[in-house]
Amino acid sequence: MLVYVIRRSLQALLVMFVMSILVFVGVYAIGNPIDILINPLADQIEREHAIAALGLDQPMWTQYAKFLAGALHGDLGRSFVHSTPALGLILERMPATLELALIAMLIAILLGIPLGLWAGLKPHSIAGRSIMAGSILGFSLPTFWVGLMLIMVFSVMLGWLPSNGRGPTKDFFGVPVSFLSLEGWRHLILPAINLALFKLALLIRLTRSGTREALLQDYVKFARAKGLSNARVIGVHVLRNILIPIVTIIGLEFGSVIAFAIVTESVFAWPGMGKLLIDSINLLDRPVIVAYLLITVFMFIVINLLVDLLYSMLDPRVRMADSKG
Amino acid sequence: MTDAVLSVEGLRTHFITKAGVVKAVDDVSFSIARGEVLGLVGESGSGKSVTGYSIMGLVDAPGRIVAGRIMYRGDELTALESEAMRQLRGNRIAMIFQDPMMTLNPVLTIETQMVEAILAHKRMRYDVAVARARACLVQVGIASPDARLAAYPHQFSGGMRQRVAIAIALLNVPDVIIADEPTTALDVTIQGQILFEMQKLTRETGAALIWITHDLSVIAGLADRVCVMYAGRIVEQGTTADVLGAPRHPYTRGLLDSVPGQAQEHERLRNIPGMTPSLLDIGPGCAFRARCAYATAVCAQTPEMTPIGADEHTLRCFHPLPAADLFAAATKGAGR
Amino acid sequence: MTSAAAETPFRRIASDFADSRIAVFGLALLGLIVLMAIAAPLISPQNPYDLAQLDVVDGRLPPGSVSADGATFWLGTDDQGRDMLSAIFYGLRISLSVGVASTVLALALGLALGLTAAYFGGKIETLIMRIADIQLSFPAILIALILLAVLGQGMLKIIAALVAVQWAYYARTVRSAALVEKRREYVEAARCLALTPARIVFRHILPNCLPPLIVVATVQVAAAIALEATLSFLGLGLPITEPSLGLLIANGYQYLLSGKYWISFFPGIALLLTIFSINLVADQLRDVINPRLQR
Repeated sequence: MLVYVIRRSLQALLVMFVMSILVFVGVYAIGNPIDILINPLADQIEREHAIAALGLDQPMWTQYAKFLAGALHGDLGRSFVHSTPALGLILERMPATLELALIAMLIAILLGIPLGLWAGLKPHSIAGRSIMAGSILGFSLPTFWVGLMLIMVFSVMLGWLPSNGRGPTKDFFGVPVSFLSLEGWRHLILPAINLALFKLALLIRLTRSGTREALLQDYVKFARAKGLSNARVIGVHVLRNILIPIVTIIGLEFGSVIAFAIVTESVFAWPGMGKLLIDSINLLDRPVIVAYLLITVFMFIVINLLVDLLYSMLDPRVRMADSKG
Repeated sequence: MTDAVLSVEGLRTHFITKAGVVKAVDDVSFSIARGEVLGLVGESGSGKSVTGYSIMGLVDAPGRIVAGRIMYRGDELTALESEAMRQLRGNRIAMIFQDPMMTLNPVLTIETQMVEAILAHKRMRYDVAVARARACLVQVGIASPDARLAAYPHQFSGGMRQRVAIAIALLNVPDVIIADEPTTALDVTIQGQILFEMQKLTRETGAALIWITHDLSVIAGLADRVCVMYAGRIVEQGTTADVLGAPRHPYTRGLLDSVPGQAQEHERLRNIPGMTPSLLDIGPGCAFRARCAYATAVCAQTPEMTPIGADEHTLRCFHPLPAADLFAAATKGAGR
Repeated sequence: MTSAAAETPFRRIASDFADSRIAVFGLALLGLIVLMAIAAPLISPQNPYDLAQLDVVDGRLPPGSVSADGATFWLGTDDQGRDMLSAIFYGLRISLSVGVASTVLALALGLALGLTAAYFGGKIETLIMRIADIQLSFPAILIALILLAVLGQGMLKIIAALVAVQWAYYARTVRSAALVEKRREYVEAARCLALTPARIVFRHILPNCLPPLIVVATVQVAAAIALEATLSFLGLGLPITEPSLGLLIANGYQYLLSGKYWISFFPGIALLLTIFSINLVADQLRDVINPRLQR
């Protein structure tokens, strides 16, 4: 087990390194930040001063080397626009994005698994078929457009909920969060539902197909032959089996939720990492883009690693094989 | 049979599919008494497993029992409410399946899967249930039962898993055990052990055992009475001695002949020509007539089960083979 | 699974497909949408990109309003005075063509790479598949965003980004299917007969990879259309000169708070119906082509 973890961690480091090069080189090619950030009316001396100050006159590899050295010390450059450390900017926005992503995922899980289970148990009933048709609709809906429609209905027409921003936050072990206050929830609920929609549909379909397949298995028939109640057959035998792949997929999809938050944050002006990224792309704030990508890549790699470990712990067949080998 | 513990009368289980009606079980009748071993013999597709499922009430859609009665201790099982049927399953009527790797849930421990079978039917303390489970494991010849309880199915060999399945069947001391090809997936040596255990256990507990198989040699040593099934119907029924020793139905005769041990050295192996018919939209008449050497025009009508000889030997055939004594020499050693 | 008349695979698929009324409805809807897109110049009351036809005075009118010269704006107008209905027809055209084009190209690329990987095996296979796996472990939207941030705007660039995001699905699907086929005896036999690799691949392996590919491709068209719309909405996709439905929706964003919902609403409905109908078809297609559920 330990060997496995070490091996996977080394692989992860390698991928991080390669990605950092790709990211840096790729983003280096974006436009010409000099023209954006420096007053075009500035004279030559001022331009050269600014260029030197931002380090833009160095060759690419030198810039990368400096960057790498800095990165290993936790310094990912300073934002061109805000003149503050890029890493700091992102970390500042991370709680907002993570909170949004977590709440969205929670909504998707709490609604998706029961609905999917129902659709899988009674696939030909009206409820079952509606749930399935609804799920297809769910992942056909363009997320950004749904966000707009939610704003239109709940903010403009009904006036119940605010249309953007995060509102006041409370402190939770030093991290600003919204879910601890009613006002926070009023701001949180629309973007969270918007973000949850796609994953909800996906989870419904996944749970349904998993349930249908599980019901065809012999162990279900055997469980019934033992005279177990339906509740136990479904709730223990079927659920335990389908939850293993579902949990791993939820873990893997979490990274995707964080990425998708970019769109939701843009629509709802939610002050998270995603919105920062879009703004940075438009303003050609290179260090922030690079920092965002690296942090995101890092998060994905960590998430993938954790999910792999989780899977090997949950499935007794894999767990036993690992400890023997 | 007046002291029958289970009695099946005119059972018909049909599957209604897009392609047509599959008559998996079409007029099956038999009964079984306490402590008796009844063999249900037939090729794949003869409807023997579906008969077992029908008794248990586990027929999957699109199948349904369309006719017939299943009497258990005065209750008509096909008319029972699902909760009442559930209380009988695994409790008074138990079933053992063919492949225990598929039938035991891979992500639950043996202890969980055994204890739940007890607690589904009786209220008792958890540790008492575990003690009962342990005792049953010992009863089926499993040493170190505590280690086995904590383990998962994939950690066992096939023979061990089947013993566990048998132990599960015995937990609530059922009156009837239906064993659906329990040794087919096992090595021959293990087969022998399991057979021995089953025999011993039924003698000890007095349970009635319905043994479903395609393997005649198993039946010969184990069963008191035999039903031979073909294309969803029973074609011959009687004591093992009668049916296997002196078969009157051409199909049974053909089955016995095709056992390799029957052929003399250097003789061609005998087999029944043709193939089992598709059960889809099967029409009237004897289902075997396409492959039968003795078939005539009258076989286009469906034969009924009629008594023949003595000792409750019944037959579904218009042209029964001649009586036992002429065949005694040829069938010497059949299955014994 | 035999029936009285001999059935070609296509007929079986078609008849199984028709079992679901919802899927047939989806197919019909999709057909209608495609027709509308193709016939856009013919059926639009107005050419929304001919600046001469626009009159800003007509801007931001609600649905059903009538213009100065008597034409009805069935779905209202946007801030430039463009008839929404016409804009939607033209927008459908662009959204659909970008979606289909990128899917076809990605399919071709993925097919080529997947077959290569499966046929040659060894290091080539590992390399191709490793790249595909790494790419697939990152969300599509992130990859597309970064690529477009680097490449800039433009139809070709968006198609390139969409292809880059999708090819790995096809490559993986093709490779799995091809691997299964490769192990079959007839490929051994063909090899023994010294048929060229190309022939073995095209005549024998390829036809068996097609069914799962068709399913993936159908789903992916919808995904490509949705992704392009999202990117255009964020301002990174197609330029204003070639407005897809995503851009139309983006245009209406600012007017939402003042209640002028139609500028974003109707293009969104058009987008939704397009994606939805494709997904309905894809869903049934998958159930029909996948043999596992044929119980």
